[in-house]
Amino acid sequence: MSVARAARLTPYMFLAPAALVLAVALFYPICYMIYASFLDWNPSQRIGEAEFVGLRNYIKLFGDPNFRESLWVTLKFAGIVVTLEMFIGVGLALLLDRNIRGMSVLRTLFILPMMIAPIVVGLMWRYMYHPTVGIFNKTLTNLGFDTIPWLSDGNWAFASVIIADVWQWTPFIFILSLAALQSLPSSAIEASKIDGATGWQQIIYIKLPLMLPVLIVTLLLRLIDSFKVLEVILVMTNGGPGLSTEILSLRINRTASEFRELGEAAAMSNLLLIVLLILTFAMFIYNKAQDARAARLRAVEEEA
Amino acid sequence: MSGPSNKTYDKQNPAFYALLVALVLMAVGPIYLMLVTSLKLNVDIMSDTSRLFFMPTLRNYETALCDFLWYEPEHIRRCDPTFGRALTNSLIIGLISTAITLVIGTMAAYALVRFRFMGRDVVSIWTLMMRMVPPAVLLVPVFGIWTFQFGIDGSRGGIILVYVALNLPFVIWILQSFIVQVPIQLEEAARMDGAGPFQVFFLVVLPLIKPGIAAASIFTFRVAWNEFLLANALSDRNSRTVPVTIVNSLTEFDIDWGVIMATGMLLAIPPIIFTFVASRQIITGMTAGAVKG
Repeated sequence: MSVARAARLTPYMFLAPAALVLAVALFYPICYMIYASFLDWNPSQRIGEAEFVGLRNYIKLFGDPNFRESLWVTLKFAGIVVTLEMFIGVGLALLLDRNIRGMSVLRTLFILPMMIAPIVVGLMWRYMYHPTVGIFNKTLTNLGFDTIPWLSDGNWAFASVIIADVWQWTPFIFILSLAALQSLPSSAIEASKIDGATGWQQIIYIKLPLMLPVLIVTLLLRLIDSFKVLEVILVMTNGGPGLSTEILSLRINRTASEFRELGEAAAMSNLLLIVLLILTFAMFIYNKAQDARAARLRAVEEEA
Repeated sequence: MSGPSNKTYDKQNPAFYALLVALVLMAVGPIYLMLVTSLKLNVDIMSDTSRLFFMPTLRNYETALCDFLWYEPEHIRRCDPTFGRALTNSLIIGLISTAITLVIGTMAAYALVRFRFMGRDVVSIWTLMMRMVPPAVLLVPVFGIWTFQFGIDGSRGGIILVYVALNLPFVIWILQSFIVQVPIQLEEAARMDGAGPFQVFFLVVLPLIKPGIAAASIFTFRVAWNEFLLANALSDRNSRTVPVTIVNSLTEFDIDWGVIMATGMLLAIPPIIFTFVASRQIITGMTAGAVKG
């Protein structure tokens, strides 16, 4: 047992536990899922007993109007939610990027919605949307207006779910854009001030372009996360009424536990994973391109 | 904008402060409403009037926690231990999975940074990819494997294993950025003095990356504490966590809002405390991915 050999083995010893857990509980299940998506499998069978059916699950999915509806709801939800949150979040960051007392308290309060369990967020909003005891309808009644069927009408339910998500996740974009704003080079902003740029001109020509790299990464991160939303909607509407709020991850859960079609659920999971994979690669490649550009600029500067 | 000093503050116009107050109300309002509801009797919740004035009561909390009380509240006819048991499970699962994730996560992050046998690019793309896997995607395979191959469904250990795997990529990723900043000279000095690799790691490196560990442990604990979907699929009557019991009690027709808000509040309290104690670390953890690139 030589010292040199021990030293050579050290990195592997440090890595082994993590690698083992990841292999057993993350890689293996994902491979398993890809395989299971080609099977006709219900929860009472061992996977060996399930029949291999090739691409039948996928063909069935794309012929299924309910699945297409759910896919459409997911894309609509992600698109609307991310757009709204980007506008509000970046807008607030530009507005609040000032030297004011209590900014850190404000930021602390803003992260609360993200830290609380999604289940609890769903609970709070379900209570507020309650047809009779909820605060929204109570206020409407007191002011003499008609009540709104927040969660019992398809279109309203979709809007309600979006409002809850915007409440929960806008702070994420706000905090990231604020951090980006505060790390901007002050020289550029000073220079534009001296040249007589107005507040709006500073924002449009200086701040936003300089923030763009961070904004794009933020957008992609939020987009990826918006496909993961599940608990808030599960508690608020459970996908209903009808299919109006049944996003993909909710449908996976229902297909697996209610309809007991594990193969189909696996095929759906697979499709969701592919979408997210594409988004993640987009983000990685964008990051690489940014780094390369920064390196090129530095090289040019050194030459000059 | 206004120089390096932190002591002076710019004067703003009153509309600006009005906006700030409105934002704070919007952010905290729903949480406050939940707290107030949890302190009300159902009579008060259902009534149309008396919105501002009511007698706050701890009855809903007594109902939820009746298992742990040393006295017997008179308003409870039969104590339902479901929630008390779930709280114990949640605490055990949260704490153990956090501890395990951190120990093996720091070790892996250290090896990846210091021994450099894989490119950082390779590692970061893998951790990114693993980070984006939604729990819903793991639902089917984890249920199948845990039930039929490992035989650990329905146990706390099974749930802990998923949570460790789910959190590891993020923990490794975030700790890497802290370990890179530890000066290698310190470690070399320790090695000169005869410390082995494990001693160097535990006695020299670990104390220096405490802030990173704090951020990572808060994120890890929060995921394990808040997660519903996988816990729901893997737990049985005895290993249910708090989110699972909350959702289960929602499916009944007659919702007892007072008690359910009390349980929701209890579930929300630990993350709220973390937020107030360590908001700086949390923000560091959140921005690490995007702002540094």
